[in-house]
This record gives sequence, C-alpha cells and structure tokens, in this order.
Amino acid sequence: MRKSLLALTAGLLLAGSVSAASAADKLKVGFIYLGPVGDLGWTYQHEQGRLALVKELGDKIETTTLENVPEGPDAERAIEQLVRAGNKLIFTTSFGYMDPTLKVAKKYPNVHFEHATGYKRDKNMSTYSAKWYQGRYIQGLIAAKMSKSGVLGYIGSFPIPEVVSGINATMLAAQTINPNIKVKIIWANTWFDPGKEADAAKALIDQGADVIMQHTDSPAAMQIASERGKLAFGQDSEMIKFGPKTQLTSILDTWGPYYIERVKAELAGTWKSEDTWGGLDSHMFAMAPYTNMPDDVKKMAEDAQAAITAGKLHPFKCPVIGQDGKEVECKGGANLADGQILGMNFYVKGIDDKLPGK
Amino acid sequence: MELIEAIILAVLAASTPLLIAATGELVTERSGVLNLGVEGMMIVGAACGFAGAWLTGSILVGAFFGIVAGTLMSLVFALMALGLAVNQVATGLALTILGIGLSGLIGAGFVGERITPAVHLYIPGLTDIPLIGRVLFGEDGFVYFSVALIVGVWWFLYRTRAGLILRACGDNHVSAHALGYPVLRIRTFAVMFGGACAGLAGAYLPLAYTPFFIPGMTAGRGWIALALVVFASWRPGRLVIGAYLFGAVTILQLHAQGWGVGIPSQFMSALPYLATVIVLVLLSRARTGGSTAPAALGTVFVPDR
Repeated sequence: MRKSLLALTAGLLLAGSVSAASAADKLKVGFIYLGPVGDLGWTYQHEQGRLALVKELGDKIETTTLENVPEGPDAERAIEQLVRAGNKLIFTTSFGYMDPTLKVAKKYPNVHFEHATGYKRDKNMSTYSAKWYQGRYIQGLIAAKMSKSGVLGYIGSFPIPEVVSGINATMLAAQTINPNIKVKIIWANTWFDPGKEADAAKALIDQGADVIMQHTDSPAAMQIASERGKLAFGQDSEMIKFGPKTQLTSILDTWGPYYIERVKAELAGTWKSEDTWGGLDSHMFAMAPYTNMPDDVKKMAEDAQAAITAGKLHPFKCPVIGQDGKEVECKGGANLADGQILGMNFYVKGIDDKLPGK
Repeated sequence: MELIEAIILAVLAASTPLLIAATGELVTERSGVLNLGVEGMMIVGAACGFAGAWLTGSILVGAFFGIVAGTLMSLVFALMALGLAVNQVATGLALTILGIGLSGLIGAGFVGERITPAVHLYIPGLTDIPLIGRVLFGEDGFVYFSVALIVGVWWFLYRTRAGLILRACGDNHVSAHALGYPVLRIRTFAVMFGGACAGLAGAYLPLAYTPFFIPGMTAGRGWIALALVVFASWRPGRLVIGAYLFGAVTILQLHAQGWGVGIPSQFMSALPYLATVIVLVLLSRARTGGSTAPAALGTVFVPDR
C-alpha cells in the first residue's frame, strides 16, 4: 500500500533538470516541456523552435528549459520556478499547462506567458496554436485513396477538442473519396508511451486497418506499420526514418518563426496578449514531402494543400452533419466558426465509435 | 482465428518485460530488501542495451549490456541501503530519478537511430501450426528466457537450501544472522539479481519491442513490476498469472476500443491497478496461514559485531 503511494510521489518528483547559463541584463526566456527533448515528436519540435530562436537572437536573450514537467498542478511549481529565476517571457508548451499557467500569470502580472494550444488568456498570457486539422484533412484524402481495406486506424491520445477535430477533418476528407470509409479509433490515454502506441497500432492492424494515423508522440506506430507492410502518417516531426516505405506524409510543427516573432516583440516592448491560431498560410506547421504514393494521389494532396493555403478550401465547410444525423449549427458563415472547431466535442456522421465522455 | 493468435502474441510481448523485472524484484524482496528503483534500473538497461546492440549489431551483446547496466545500478543501491544502512525507500526512489537522468545522458547520442529487432524463432512445420504455432514456436528469445527465469526462481526459492536461507533473511534477519548466515552478503546478491533482471527487462524494450531508443521509454513499467510483486503476494506462480493478466488487460482494452465496446478507455487503462488494490485488500483481510509479505521487508539490518 505504502509502496504504491510512494510510486505516485516518485512520479511527481520526476520533473527534470534545469539548464541555464548566466549572463547579465539579457532577456530571459523560459520554456516548459512535457517530454524529453529527444522524444522525436512534440517536445523535440518545440526544442527545434527554441534553437532557431537562439540562433536568431542568441546575443540578446538567454533561454532556460524545464523538461519532463507533468501536466496538472505540479506544473505550477515548475512555471513559478522559472519566474523566480528571472524569466520575463515563458512558453508553456502543452495543453495541460493551461490552468497552472493562468494561475501563475495572475500572481506575476509583470511576467509574460505564452501557452500553447489552450484557450484561456489574460492580460499577460497569450495563446498560440496551429490549425493542424487542415493537415489532417489532406491526410484524410490520401488515406482514403491509399486504403485497400477501407478501414483507417487512428491512435488518439486524449479526447480533447484538438484531437477530435483532427479525427473529424480526416473523416470528412476521406468521405469525399470513399463515402463508406470506416475508422477505428483507439485512445492510448497518454501522449507518450512507445510500447503502448505500438500495441495500439498492432491492435488496429490486426482488426483490419491498413492506414495508421496517430495523435501521439513517438514513432512506434510508424515502425509497427512498417514492420507489417502497411502505410502510416507521422506526427509532429519527420518520421520517415522509421518507415522509409511507410510514411505518406507528416504534419511538421514549425514553432521557430513564432518564437522569434514573439521574443522580438518582447525585446521591443510591444508584446501584448494575443490569440494566435495559424494555419498552412502562416507557417505554424508544414507538411512533410508526400511519399510512398502514386503521382495522381500526390498531385491531389498538393492541390488540396494549395487550396487550403489560399483559403479556397475549408475542411469544416457547412453543412457539417453530426454523428446523430443532425446538421451542426453553422456559426461561421460558410464554415464552422473557429470557436466551434476549438471546442469540438462531437463526431461527424460516418464514425461508428462513441466519443468518450459523451 | 488469426486475430486470436495476434492478440495472444501481443499479450506475450507486452507481459515479458513486466515478468522479467518483477521476477528480479521478487527475489530482492524475498531477501528482505525493498528496492523501489526498478524503473530507474530498467531505463538505464534500455539505454545501455540499445547502445550495445547499435554499436556491435548484436542483440545478444545488447541484452548483456542491459544486464550489466542494471547490475551496476543495483550495486549503487546495495552500497547505500545495505552497506551504509540508508533508508531503503528513499534510496530506491533516488535510484529511479538517477536512472532516468543517466539514461537520457547515455542515450542522447542514440536518439533517432534504429536497429534490427531480435529475431523470432522459426521452426518449419511447427511454427506454421494455426493458432498455437507462432505462440509456442515463434517468439523471440526474451519470451522463452522469461519463462525459464521464473521457473528457475521458483525452483531456487522452494527447492534449494540456498533459497531457504534467502527467504530466512527476508523473514527474520536477526535469526538468520544468529545462525551464522551472512545476511548482508546474501541480500547484496539478491539486489544484484534484481538489478540484472530489471536491466534485461529494460533492454527488451529497445531490442525487441520498439526497436529504437527514446528517453523515458519504459513509461512506468518498473512501477507496474513493483505492483505485480505485491499482487503476486511474493509468490512466483502468482507472479506469472499476474504478469500475463496485466498484459492481457492492456492489450484487450485496446482491442475493445477498436471494436467499439462501450466501456470508457480510461477505466480499462486503470483496471490492472484496480486489480492490484483489490488483491491488497483481500490479502490484508484474509490471512489464511501462509505468509504474505516477507516479515523483514524494507527494514534496515546492521549486524552487531
């Protein structure tokens, strides 16, 4: 009994190492990371963004990172630690840091905070995120073209709006190619557990899926798909190394330009609380090269990407039909409103599964 | 038919690292030492195991590296907890934190590299038998080894004199000492065995399960191994059942989701832990003669000279 309690405490103690170099009167910029920088996925891409920032403004700033910070109340302590260390601009890079960031932001009105993928803001707290669902839409088109079994396998992390809107965008796209396309969804209930992600990929393939998509962070699923001779999409970063004949494309997070822009604003004294939600047109993310597909599919994907970038194609163009067969109220004119996508908590028609918690 | 075979294969693969690590911890705890550093020893085993296999191209060398790394980690624990009689719980937790940091350092150069995973046995004819062929004759070496290991440990603990002495140290170190047994030396060997097993279990992950190294890839499996030892009430037979049951629940909950079974996935994910808690409650309610925890588990022993 005592043992399991201790196990829990230990889990909480694992918040990682602090790395910092001291220098006088340089702007101090802090980063809170969910995973290790070597996760090859989410955290890795944020670290790439930070490195781009240091390369650009390294003589004017000094950065500190905290790795392996668990989401939830424990994050508050980590964020506060960065504040006390003198950081004036702090990026908290995961959805689960939303409330902790807000709490610390209220406590320190003179420090500026930037929270990734959340929706709560304050005078000194911005949010930033990317319209990944646009990329998911392109993946849905490719998946429907490439699937022979007509069954797609989708590994979700947690049923939060960002993930749900990704599943919906994928299916809406796939249905334009194959109206009878099916998707099997498995929630891993974790962002990062290579073993479990691999197990989920195996289960999906064993149940007949032949194109695997993931919204978790490690390349494990890609590798299983590669082993079994199926196809898959990468996540967050370039994963083609783990499936040279498997990866169709990957949504690549490119945070560098945003970090540089925000730090420049901070340096110039023009920083203000904003809500940034960038799509393909804003370089918040990019698509990895389209590989392992015939030329006509590749062309279709490139055309769709161009149309989305130009604003001619919107994945959530009205009417959107919900799982219950009823039309979803269209609050954004011709398309669903941004707020509806950011808070998406329903499946579209054609998904047989039940959304957890619904 | 094929699906059932695929599920059994996945269950065996998911259970094997848990079984190996828990077997080691069972022996450690049976000698009266509580080493909570399994997760730390596992992750260092994973990093070193991958490094060994990547540098030499041999899975066997990788496994050996993992075993050595786990053993070295456990020696740090032995030095502190046995040699200097430091609190075992605190030392074990420190070992885990040390291991996670150390593995990141060792593995930093290998992130993004990949190796060819351990080969699976193939006997023409036998492996091709439907349903049971691949399950019995188509596994990788680790799976067979884990079964041999737990059988060996059972035989050692209950059928040899040395095993009896080890259990005596775990139940009453003062008496064992009075009878002239070198309690601390015996416990050191038990801790080293636990470390070797944890290192091997960790190495299994990058060598056979997901053939790449990423920091933190053990993702809490060391803690599960610790829970399994309690679940098994420190008995090898129950440990086997527990490990496979745990693996089965993990895999089946994924399949259940794919089939669209309407049980919340969060509940399914928590099920194995719930089972552990229930077993703990049952154990404490019904003390039916047989021993549960080794009586001297976790207590410091300083021989009087």
